[in-house]
Amino acid sequence: MRYLLSGIFFGFVLIKSEVVSWFRIQEMFRFDAFHMYGVIGMAVLVAMLGIQIIKRGAIKDMNGNPIGIPPKDNSQMYRYSIGGLFFGLGWALTGACPGPLFALLGSGWMIIAVPIVGALVGTWTYGALRERLPH
Amino acid sequence: MFDFLIQPWPWYVGGPLIGLMVPLLLWLGGNKFGISSNLRHLCSACDVYRIDYFNYDWKDKGGWNLLFAVGVVIGGFLAGEILENPEPVAIAENTRITLQNIGVDQFQGLMPADLFNWSVLGTPSGLTMLALGGFLVGFGARYAGGCTSGHAITGIANLQVGSLVAVIGFFVGGLIVTHWILPWLIP
Repeated sequence: MRYLLSGIFFGFVLIKSEVVSWFRIQEMFRFDAFHMYGVIGMAVLVAMLGIQIIKRGAIKDMNGNPIGIPPKDNSQMYRYSIGGLFFGLGWALTGACPGPLFALLGSGWMIIAVPIVGALVGTWTYGALRERLPH
Repeated sequence: MFDFLIQPWPWYVGGPLIGLMVPLLLWLGGNKFGISSNLRHLCSACDVYRIDYFNYDWKDKGGWNLLFAVGVVIGGFLAGEILENPEPVAIAENTRITLQNIGVDQFQGLMPADLFNWSVLGTPSGLTMLALGGFLVGFGARYAGGCTSGHAITGIANLQVGSLVAVIGFFVGGLIVTHWILPWLIP
């Protein structure tokens, strides 16, 4: 239940801050406005503060378990650069990354079902080809 | 208060609230904020070919995240349908003029209705933007090991070099499409 509520909150914020908007994404990639940079920048700042507080205070989760934040494998640079490039091409084509895809579907843009199915096929394709891709 | 729920929120309201998801999910159960993993869990749930990558207990590993994604859909419904902002997205004048010049006519709503509708699915450009675009989002997110939430927000906030590289990749890809492909793709 707590995850459903967190998701509802997140979806609400995604729509109200307009980061789900194809127009906002265009504005960002054309460097015409600060909006998207402000949203992402503030999100990173707040997340960074939260992570530091959890790490330094050795804060436990609500069930009393220690919180571990696994690092990414920073040696796999092919995967980050090539995979990131593919993702960026898709992000600008659809104007939405995965979170916004779900939020837009809820907001009544049923056509978004097409990129969602596309993203599932893409995910499956990665799973099938993974051994053959440079990482 | 009601106005606040109808109107769009400025970056200094939306940004911090999005960032808050990272410590919130960690506190709720040590979970890492990352939406695109749900695409993998969904593939795992219906994987009939027993591909290694999808062969894990998706309910145990991704149950919380799938619930979160269902919440995102509901949140989108509340904010975008029930409390829909009736005004067009207030984008920069420059962007609007450029988009008009490359052929975008509809500025009402969150997306241009002339590019995102069922009838364009039959055209090569519509198919490219919707189906190929979605494919690349899914393929790229798994290849890169995360999307905007996992890399650009969580990864960078956790000072991961790999995430920074991935985000630079996101941006290079986005710039290529925006400046070289879209002007030629939009009918």
